Amino acid sequence: MAMLEVKNLGISFGGLKAVDDFSVTIEKGQLYGLIGPNGAGKTTIFNLLTGVYRPDTGAIFLDGQNITGKKTTEINQDGIARTFQNIRLFKELNVLDNVKAGLHNHYHYSTLEGILRLPRYHHVEKQMDMRAMELLKVFDLDGEWDYKAANLPYGKQRKLEIARALATEPKLLLLDEPAAGMNPNETAELMETIRFVRDNFDMTILLIEHDMKLVSGICEQLTVLNFGQVLTQGETSEVLNDKRVITAYLGE
Amino acid sequence: MNKNKVRIQNGITYGIVVGCWILVQIMDKTGHMTSLLRGILVPLCMYSILAISLNLTVGILGELSLGHAGFMCVGAFSGAFFTKCMENVLPNLQLRFFLAILIGAAVAGICGILIGIPVLRLKGDYLAIVTLAFGEIIKNLINVMYIGLDKSGFHFSIKDTMSLGMDETGVVIIKGAQGITGTPKAATFLVATILLLITLFIVLNLIHSRTGRAIMSIRDNRIAAESIGINITKYKLMAFAISAALAGVAGVLYAHNLSTLAATPKNFGYNMSIMILVFVVLGGLGNIRGSMIAAVVLTLLPELLRGLNDYRMLIYAIVLIVMMLFNSSPKAIEVRSVLLERFHKKKDTGAKEAA
Repeated sequence: MAMLEVKNLGISFGGLKAVDDFSVTIEKGQLYGLIGPNGAGKTTIFNLLTGVYRPDTGAIFLDGQNITGKKTTEINQDGIARTFQNIRLFKELNVLDNVKAGLHNHYHYSTLEGILRLPRYHHVEKQMDMRAMELLKVFDLDGEWDYKAANLPYGKQRKLEIARALATEPKLLLLDEPAAGMNPNETAELMETIRFVRDNFDMTILLIEHDMKLVSGICEQLTVLNFGQVLTQGETSEVLNDKRVITAYLGE
Repeated sequence: MNKNKVRIQNGITYGIVVGCWILVQIMDKTGHMTSLLRGILVPLCMYSILAISLNLTVGILGELSLGHAGFMCVGAFSGAFFTKCMENVLPNLQLRFFLAILIGAAVAGICGILIGIPVLRLKGDYLAIVTLAFGEIIKNLINVMYIGLDKSGFHFSIKDTMSLGMDETGVVIIKGAQGITGTPKAATFLVATILLLITLFIVLNLIHSRTGRAIMSIRDNRIAAESIGINITKYKLMAFAISAALAGVAGVLYAHNLSTLAATPKNFGYNMSIMILVFVVLGGLGNIRGSMIAAVVLTLLPELLRGLNDYRMLIYAIVLIVMMLFNSSPKAIEVRSVLLERFHKKKDTGAKEAA
């Protein structure tokens, strides 16, 4: 069964059809790319998948379960986590607490147990610390665990966002332009990290990216969007050599 | 890990409160205590509790509320109402006062939830306006309320005492604009200090727990908090209700520090709400210890300057402005961090030399 199956998804804002008849099937463990010129509707699709917008038409199935029209919070609990194009960290919290916030729904103790500092609080907090540090280590952030998130350099903020998303133990990870603003070295490192996450966390990943080096380097399949519609879909090498794709990006 | 740092910081905060209490005891024993100062001890604790509880809404949850005096008012009246009603049933004043605190907190907390459900959908200015209105409505509502008690039970009216229609055994408990008279003076400095410590305990422990992290993540970025599966409504309401309940505790304290309790613009009006907000902003948003200290300083200052009469409010205003600048202007923060660094360096070299 496919991890993500989207059928005929569509949404309009006023008279503008931002996304029209979008369908895609992503298999478990795949690294899937979503590309297209600016304003093609890529981020809108992410917002539809995560429940920020309700689709006008179509249906979304995650691992066989219909999640169309659910709220963002519920969709995350069902198994979709994402990062944002414009980084959205919890700026005033430290790096460790950012990840621990992501662990929120997987480690439980009541508010009262927390206030009264009962044994369960200490026990669960210790487990959370350990799990969060494990995740930070994957992204080489464990040395900066007590930095305020806002004080991290840009590239590390992007990594922390991915770590936080992974902390929610998703089945499907959505990355919105993970390499934006990174230099070639950082991008190369990021490619390694994304592959590592896919292999070690048994993750299915859908990513939006403009950096063609990254896209052709790690994505197995691609969908190209243009003006809210699917231009073409298929194997990365085929898609990138498609004339229509080149036209959409560079013009006639 | 960072728990030790947190523990030390919290310890300092508790230490300040306990230290102040001991200082007051010493001053009392050595006869340095003026009656003016003695009279202000309980209000100091009360204002500190209010500042800490409002900081939970404004600093930790990140929502501007201007109706904090309203919750205090609810707590004050429900607490005082209870102690008056139970006068004959529960002769033990301390026990009655203890129960009144719980009831005041519960009623204010429930009010917080009821108000919070519709209000927390609003943001920023709108939330401020609605909470401001809530505070005023509560105050005015209590001003027209008459409640009496006789053999057959409670009587309620919004007209006057006569329309309560009680028999000769009846006692009027809440008398409209005159409020509740004859509340027992049960609030002592010791009790107030303990309540302040409990408030600190609740708020500080809440912040550094799973719930606190969820609340602060909503403050820092609501959309991101939703995206990691945090239930926004639940945690917003929880923070708001706890904040309201603690304001209710302060209200009960207020009610049992005076013999008459009436809802006037001076004690429960929006001026009060603004003043509590000033404590919070001055002490630092999210800085619990800071808001407590600001509350104490800004309450003590006008009292200590009483001798200066006309210039009193002028000096108060100047001190307020200077403190604000010192606390929040980027230049001042820079200077402070440089000073702090120098201090640490000295300590380091000192330690090395000693070694």
